[in-house]
Amino acid sequence: MLTIEQLSLQLPLYASWWKRDWATCLDKFSLRVYPGEVHAVVGASGAGKSLLAYAIMGLLPTPARLSGQLYYQGKPLNASLQRQLRGRELALIPQSLNALDPLVRTQRQVAWAAQRAGQASAHAWHASQQALDHYQLDARAQQAYAHELSGGMARRVLTAMAHVSQAKLVIADEPSVGLDPYQRQRVLDALRELADQGKSVILITHDLRHALPIADRVTIMRDGKRVETASACAFQGSGASLTNAYSQALWLALPDNAFATTAISRREQEVTVA
Amino acid sequence: MRLIAPIAKRVARLALVLTCVALVSYGLMMASPIDPVDAYLGPQMAQVSPEQRALIAQRWGFDEPPAVQFGHWLRQLVGGDLGWSHVYNQPVSEVIAQRFQRSIALLGSAWMLSTLVGFSLGVLAGAKEGSKLDNIISTYAFITASTPAFWLAILAVLLFSVTLGWTPTCCAGPAGALNQEVSVATRLHHLLLPVTTLALLGIANITLHTRTRMLELMRSDVATHAFAQGASRIDVAWRHGLRHASLPAITLAFASLGELFGGSILIEQVFAYPGLGQATVAAGLRSDVPLLLGIALFTALFVSVGNMIADSLYGVIDPRIKAGGL
Amino acid sequence: MSQAQPRLRAALSLAVTALLVIGLVASQWLLGDAPRQMQFDARLAPPGVDHWLGTDALGRELWARTLAGLALSFWVGCLAALLSTLIALSLAAIATLSARLDALVSLLIDTLLSVPHLILLMLIAFALGGGTQAVIIAVAVTHWPSLARVLRAELWQLRQAPYVRISRALGKSRWFVLHGHLLPHLIPHCLVGALLLFPHAILHEAALTFLGFGLSPSQPAIGVLLADAMRYLSGGYWWLGVFPGLGMLLMVLGFERLSSHLRRAL
Repeated sequence: MLTIEQLSLQLPLYASWWKRDWATCLDKFSLRVYPGEVHAVVGASGAGKSLLAYAIMGLLPTPARLSGQLYYQGKPLNASLQRQLRGRELALIPQSLNALDPLVRTQRQVAWAAQRAGQASAHAWHASQQALDHYQLDARAQQAYAHELSGGMARRVLTAMAHVSQAKLVIADEPSVGLDPYQRQRVLDALRELADQGKSVILITHDLRHALPIADRVTIMRDGKRVETASACAFQGSGASLTNAYSQALWLALPDNAFATTAISRREQEVTVA
Repeated sequence: MRLIAPIAKRVARLALVLTCVALVSYGLMMASPIDPVDAYLGPQMAQVSPEQRALIAQRWGFDEPPAVQFGHWLRQLVGGDLGWSHVYNQPVSEVIAQRFQRSIALLGSAWMLSTLVGFSLGVLAGAKEGSKLDNIISTYAFITASTPAFWLAILAVLLFSVTLGWTPTCCAGPAGALNQEVSVATRLHHLLLPVTTLALLGIANITLHTRTRMLELMRSDVATHAFAQGASRIDVAWRHGLRHASLPAITLAFASLGELFGGSILIEQVFAYPGLGQATVAAGLRSDVPLLLGIALFTALFVSVGNMIADSLYGVIDPRIKAGGL
Repeated sequence: MSQAQPRLRAALSLAVTALLVIGLVASQWLLGDAPRQMQFDARLAPPGVDHWLGTDALGRELWARTLAGLALSFWVGCLAALLSTLIALSLAAIATLSARLDALVSLLIDTLLSVPHLILLMLIAFALGGGTQAVIIAVAVTHWPSLARVLRAELWQLRQAPYVRISRALGKSRWFVLHGHLLPHLIPHCLVGALLLFPHAILHEAALTFLGFGLSPSQPAIGVLLADAMRYLSGGYWWLGVFPGLGMLLMVLGFERLSSHLRRAL
């Protein structure tokens, strides 16, 4: 569905008063996502994961230097194609709950999402109600404003917006942050359900542990570089089937496993980058 | 029932602030180096003997301590008596009432124009950030906001009245005509240039502020998410921008009342329009203390009530505040 | 200059403005008595090669008088802005010392803000009897409330900061906290505030003088120049009204641009 080849992203930063430097946020990043799969992109905060999402959607801030190629269903994904497909075939579930307009009622916002995906307004209204019902948001929640919703409900509203747009590629940016285990599972299950319907889901998260049960494949990211892409079942036991030392260390560091910490030098990691 | 408590609190605060305004104004007048007897007598002060001056001082209580005088004045004020204006030879309340009637046409139209046009221009400029339209609007607003109001008025008179002859050079009606004889059309003709000039200034400020809010919104998470859904800039501006910009616009509109009053003083002076502004200047220049005080209080009341209305409206319209959260 | 280099732009703006200001001040020393020299054979002369911006009813060169007026406005504006900032800072600081003082200062701010600027200016100028000093004080007193409000809000936020709380818990006096922690943080706000105040101060001083409350008519203040010009408008002597105001507009614009550049850079 989506192919990313050698994507590099540089953003400006001011080292001193006049000198402008470029910070590399994505370094020759490559990825392949197939229909019907949940592909988790896991990395520490600051590894460039959200920027990856924006790069795919074409929403990067203007002073950005981008190189490399993006392909969607075989076609090169350039700016004009991105503009066409945004909201219709490419959908983003944002990390921040501030993305919900606090001055507009929930059902209306979801209906707008449907309209922006190309549906007629009467149909959009009906579709939004259906989507919200599907994610178990009752009539009161549907007429509520953003600040009246709990964290879990708000995340479900954002997911409903992606659902109602009937997008084929859904990028979920840190969808389970700040939720209790029950809510978190609901959100992740919803993403799994989307994939089961034939859509591609990119799950961006720092939570490897909870992503594994619903993911098909996992890509580990570090400092904007791709460290390794493995199938989810490779993350088992002592992580022996993982080819990269960093991925193994990440796996082993989980509290469920050895809870061990080993310093992995960048040189060691670079040797085994696929 | 829920609404009454905050409104009552606001009214109480309003009363407190107005009392302070009265105190400060009165204090300032007391501090003035002008002899109150001279101020009362006006141009006739040369013709009055010292004994008569002493009598006047006694009659009006000028020889009593300031606190007592303030008490007198306040009591009179609450009773509705604002004193006597020696410049216009009328009770102050009448002067204010008459002149305000004439100023309200000027102020009201300018206020509505500046709010509506300023808001629209601000929304347009913010929505199309960086475009030619935005540049034109921002430049106009920026330059006008830095322009001395009275100079703009002078330019307007020079251009439209003197050079082109489209509008009259002064006053609310033709010289020599009685108030009743002047038709509505003539009145409007005389109002045209002053209102336009005053509005131009008000528009600039509101445009700049609204544009800033729109820009904030267009860069916010809400806008980014909308763009991610495939919305165009116009879509975001119309559906999200308008809502977010309207709320501060209410506060802006009422806050601009104070500036408009100030501007109208200058405009009325240039156009010799016989409104409240001109009366204020006359009162100040000819030491008409009761009139000056009366006008100060009246305008303070006007502005404060306006601000109070804005605050209350905000509480009713903004869903975040209505829920009692904020 | 690209949008990406706001600091460079601000520095350039500052340099240009500083140069212009120095030029303006120097011009006063160079001009000497020119603004007051009357040429009776060249009264009300239109702009031309001999008289750059024209002359007024007493034959005085308009360009000299305009420059003198601008310099005057500059000084008055400076002093007023400075005084205003000092008052705002002091009162905002005092407001943090106790809840009662805070309520008092807040009431004072609301009071002064509810009277329209120009009317308050007239009241104060009237109370002080007119003249240059009165104008400076009037403008200062009218403008400190808005700045004080901003500073007070900042201070309020700062007080909740952990390092302030720790300082208090360690037993440091309120005065120490104010002096050592809070005030240094406010300096950039004060600078920006003062810079924002300055153009408004100039405009208000001109307005006051125009109405007759401010600087004495013998001085070539912009307000005086324009008030004089009013009498000759119908006669078509347009240069008397256009140029002084234009000069003021350019000066105010320059400072507004500088402050917006600085704000974007900081």
